[in-house]
Amino acid sequence: MIKRPFFGCGKPKLAYAGIDGPEQGDIKDIPVSERAVLFVEAPPSAINDLSFQAGDKIKTGQNLRVSPFSKAAFTSTVTGAISNVAKKKGYLGKPLLSVSIDVTETDEFDEDFARAVQTEEPEETGRYLSELPGAADLNALIHPKTPLETIVVNGMDKDLLVTTQQMIVKSKADDLKEGIEYLKKITGNPKVVLVVPNYLSTEASKSGVEVLTVAPSYPNSLPEMIMKDVLKKVVPAGMDSMSLGVGFISAEGVASLKSAVTEGKPPVAKMVTVIGKDEKTQVVRVRVGTPIHSVLEALQIPMEQGDRLVMGGPMTGRSIYTEEMPILPDTDAIMVQGRDRIVLNGNDPCINCGECIRACPVRIPVNMLVRLLENSQYENAAREYDLLSCIECGLCSYVCEAKIPVFHYIMLGKYELSLMERAEESANG
Amino acid sequence: MDNRKLFVSSHAPYWHNGSSIASKSYNIMLAAIPAVLMGIYQYGAPALGVITFSISCAMIWELVMNLIMKRPISIGDGNAAVIGLMIGMLLPAATPWWVVLIGTFLAIVVGKQIFGGIGCNPLNPALVAIAMLFLSWKGIMDFNEALLNYELGFPMVYPLSTLKYFGVEAISEFSAGALLMGAQIGGIGSTFGLGLIIGGIYLILRGFIRWEIALSFLAGVFITALIFNAANPDVYAGPFFHLLTGYTLIGAFFLSTEDSSSPVNFIPMLIYGALAGFLTVLIRNIGAMVDGVVFAILMLNLANPLLDKIRPKALGKEMENA
Ligand code: SF4
Ligand code: SF4
Repeated sequence: MIKRPFFGCGKPKLAYAGIDGPEQGDIKDIPVSERAVLFVEAPPSAINDLSFQAGDKIKTGQNLRVSPFSKAAFTSTVTGAISNVAKKKGYLGKPLLSVSIDVTETDEFDEDFARAVQTEEPEETGRYLSELPGAADLNALIHPKTPLETIVVNGMDKDLLVTTQQMIVKSKADDLKEGIEYLKKITGNPKVVLVVPNYLSTEASKSGVEVLTVAPSYPNSLPEMIMKDVLKKVVPAGMDSMSLGVGFISAEGVASLKSAVTEGKPPVAKMVTVIGKDEKTQVVRVRVGTPIHSVLEALQIPMEQGDRLVMGGPMTGRSIYTEEMPILPDTDAIMVQGRDRIVLNGNDPCINCGECIRACPVRIPVNMLVRLLENSQYENAAREYDLLSCIECGLCSYVCEAKIPVFHYIMLGKYELSLMERAEESANG
Repeated sequence: MDNRKLFVSSHAPYWHNGSSIASKSYNIMLAAIPAVLMGIYQYGAPALGVITFSISCAMIWELVMNLIMKRPISIGDGNAAVIGLMIGMLLPAATPWWVVLIGTFLAIVVGKQIFGGIGCNPLNPALVAIAMLFLSWKGIMDFNEALLNYELGFPMVYPLSTLKYFGVEAISEFSAGALLMGAQIGGIGSTFGLGLIIGGIYLILRGFIRWEIALSFLAGVFITALIFNAANPDVYAGPFFHLLTGYTLIGAFFLSTEDSSSPVNFIPMLIYGALAGFLTVLIRNIGAMVDGVVFAILMLNLANPLLDKIRPKALGKEMENA
């Protein structure tokens, strides 16, 4: 854990993990587990008219629609038999279906995949490629609401200690080149730029597209910061970069596209940075859908009662309550935090110390905002105190002297606002 | 029941930089030690008595209020102790015990707890107490009167009173060097200029106080005094005299920087500090009171909520209003 320096009267300075760190071992392959779980975003009602059932065989790369009445579909990353389908809820209440599969050891690849990828028919391609490792949002790029002008390939990692994307830039720069060409084809030929931390610019230049560099200090890799610092565009509060015609995809996503197209087989392995209890990191290659406990077992990281398990990094990850959770297409990191390192939130109200004001990269008056959020004044918070400008970096909570879970309040506020908006919409329409 | 392991779950981030209210409080107390030690060295046991009694009373009042209001016990965060320490530092060594008792009551109960406790006080609690004591018992807060019985080997008169009642000529006996080294009477912990400066720099470098406020306060005092002095050097003392006497230094580093009653945005901090400094000298030079720090800071505490509205637009908000 990076502590406040002894002398510190300015902003917190948090550097991203560099790729050349001495502890950065080779990439380790995690064997395929006996059971895989895939998550599909689908309305909860879909479970009543599933187009498949327990016992059905499924091949690697096979694309299945969840139900005849829904567009939701998923591409399997393993070969085996479906054992169970259940309703789940994701972050902020996102409705999910989880499909468990008993995995057979040898992969059988689905032939439709190769055909679909070659057609370049956006509908087909999008359906098959929508869950490639690192490219979970590809469909948004294929069907943008605002025409895409630029796609940013993000070669920086979202969070501290994570080196997944940097590893891709470093080791697969040639793949990026072909991947980007294909990406352009399926997204209507926008301009593509590659953003990397400044020490990777040589490797990145092999990609053949314009390379833009960013200083490796947190939170420069978040999309809004890249928009502001690199593309010189400010995303309006409450919107995302897509509304300005700029899409984001991770470097790994591009590399996945490349192998999908050239091999005609779906890439199924995700690169994941595993952060151990001692904060040492290890990059692993693991099949999407593998339960986290298989990864931890392979690395001999024991989890005990009272520890914390996080999908993602220390600043923005999501803590989860079970090791059964599978690796998802966008899981860049897994972090295990020993119980002795967990910092609990405090009881005190905001003491107006102003640390959050210094830390916030987008100049939100967090000290006032948190007072409103604590009292459920969400609309007021958005109007007067810039709730919707928050780019979700977590720095305010990190520095808060009163140890208020500021970031939690902010996300709750945003969520409540979105519920209100939805309620209003349905009342009006 | 399955024997599943239970994990701790919460929202991101999972790291914290390790700061805390308690560490801030204890560091403020640490930074105050040089000035306090000098006071104790000069006035002996009575000074020690006032300081320790003040800290203990403040903590007891806090505890009593916690119990009455059925709130978690909060003396551990050190904030009450800091308030007690500040009151002790501002009082003369000869203060009777009951004044300390009342003063800490005014600070903790009236100045802090009735507004909702830490973080909710609109005014600096220690200054609320000192202002009320001053208005109620002028004699006790008059350093010349209170410290009549001491002979410490330097002029036993309060420099600011001398300036007010005898004019600029009379203060020639105070050299800047002597003032800096604490050769002046005043509050127990407010006279040792060098000690306060060292403490202040420590707090600034470690980020426990907002440097913008402290420095702009000093600049406000300095520039205002300079202008007065330039306009009429026979009537108004020079800037260094104002910086080194009265409550100026303790005000800059320990009082104006109190978290809850001061702004957090950059421009407001500068305005707040500079105006407080300006008012201080204005009160000293033109007003009826001998020192102006207490009321200047309290006035600006009142203006703080308004001042802090001057703030930059958040990213993404500029466009909307453009
Ligand atoms: S999480 Fe906190 S620090 Fe980060 S942008 Fe939002 S309000 Fe600012
Ligand atoms: S860091 Fe926490 S205590 Fe300090 S002003 Fe911000 S919200 Fe308040």
